[in-house]
Amino acid sequence: MDLDMNVNAPHSMGTTIIGVTYNGGVVLGADSRTSTGMYVANRASDKITQLTDNVYVCRSGSAADSQIVSDYVRYFLHQHTIQLGQPATVKVAANLIRLLSYNNKNMLQTGLIVGGWDKYEGGKIYGIPLGGTLIEQPFAIGGSGSSYLYGFFDQAWKEGMTKEEAEQLVVKAVSLAIARDGASGGVVRTVVINSDGVTRNFYPGDKLQLWHDELEPQHSLLDILNAPSPEPMNI
Amino acid sequence: MNFMALKQPENSLLGSESDSQRTLYPYVTGTSVAALEYKDGILMAADMGGSYGSTLRYKSVEQMKPFGKHSLLGASGEISDFQEILHYLDELILYDNMWDDGNSLGPKEVHNYLTRVMYNRRNKFNPLWNSLVLGGVKNGNKYLGTVSMIGVNFEDNHVATGFGNHLARPILRQEWHENLSFEDGVKLLEKCMHVLLYRDRSAVNKLQVHIFLYTCRLHLLDKSS
Repeated sequence: MDLDMNVNAPHSMGTTIIGVTYNGGVVLGADSRTSTGMYVANRASDKITQLTDNVYVCRSGSAADSQIVSDYVRYFLHQHTIQLGQPATVKVAANLIRLLSYNNKNMLQTGLIVGGWDKYEGGKIYGIPLGGTLIEQPFAIGGSGSSYLYGFFDQAWKEGMTKEEAEQLVVKAVSLAIARDGASGGVVRTVVINSDGVTRNFYPGDKLQLWHDELEPQHSLLDILNAPSPEPMNI
Repeated sequence: MNFMALKQPENSLLGSESDSQRTLYPYVTGTSVAALEYKDGILMAADMGGSYGSTLRYKSVEQMKPFGKHSLLGASGEISDFQEILHYLDELILYDNMWDDGNSLGPKEVHNYLTRVMYNRRNKFNPLWNSLVLGGVKNGNKYLGTVSMIGVNFEDNHVATGFGNHLARPILRQEWHENLSFEDGVKLLEKCMHVLLYRDRSAVNKLQVHIFLYTCRLHLLDKSS
């Protein structure tokens, strides 16, 4: 890194995380790559973490910071739920995350997306970027991979999608980000939260559609060698 | 991700980064706020963009919030610090209401409170990274003031923050006059926001405008008599 850092530019973070509302709930999505420098420390991480039965958080940035923040908030929410006598609302969970992020802004390096369902407001998504701003959004994207998705969402996002449309959108988006962001990779994980409960889904690479310049997956090089002569390349 | 400590010259007066808690730089920022006094009250405008460095990341950020009975606060700069200021103000208004004495904090008093907050944070080298615009009407008296992140504060008939200082204030100086009508006030503010959209890289083409009128009670009295 140069010494003359542009102090106003945000630090880039490994990961792609997404949260999307639909009519009835929310869909959270993330990739599964955790990297230390150039090495992939964990290729199957789970970045969508549970806070309560009805509220989950997508973590990006420093793995340590995002984990410790989630742990604290889970602990606080547990106590809050006991006191309140009913499930905590998404807004409360998001605000707790905000308080920790804001009051420790000098030390923490984590961007989070809180998503869930409660009986008062239905499905809600809250983005909490670096610095601790709390912002409620119909959909949120975060992590280094999100840079490649701003244009995609500007075009593809629609109000009032169905659950299937929303999940397809999330999977497509994470998959596109993985294609271009070196810090994102592995599998696509999604979590759907609505009044019926929570559903976890998992999409390995071969379940995703192919993008530009990508080849069909092969089981083995031997298959290619034993296949009939391929067409000559057009160079 | 590798992290190198910011190199500082040996004789720096700032001390090491790890010494104390201080906000070093903003992350999510709002751009210019412009405001003016017109015949019946205050007009304040800002766009709805939240920039994240050079990315125009958020497009539905509210940079202005009314609170209490008499005031309207607008802020440019770090959005998380603005949200924190709103929490401070909620507490301030709550305690004011708890006196239950029929009096309520006016815009001038709130402006003074905010000035103290901003200046004291600046003295501790831990500023709230905002430029605030405080407008309001109490007992028929209009008020419009501003405070910066280093505590510079003043009141005027028209104010602007950020880029607005350079682009909007010259326009306002030339075209503002006492007893502007509502339409003329809006047109003038719109002209300022127009120029800002042309020339401010972090401006977004979605505006929020707040109108602060004399309190409704006064209006009703006028109509009945």
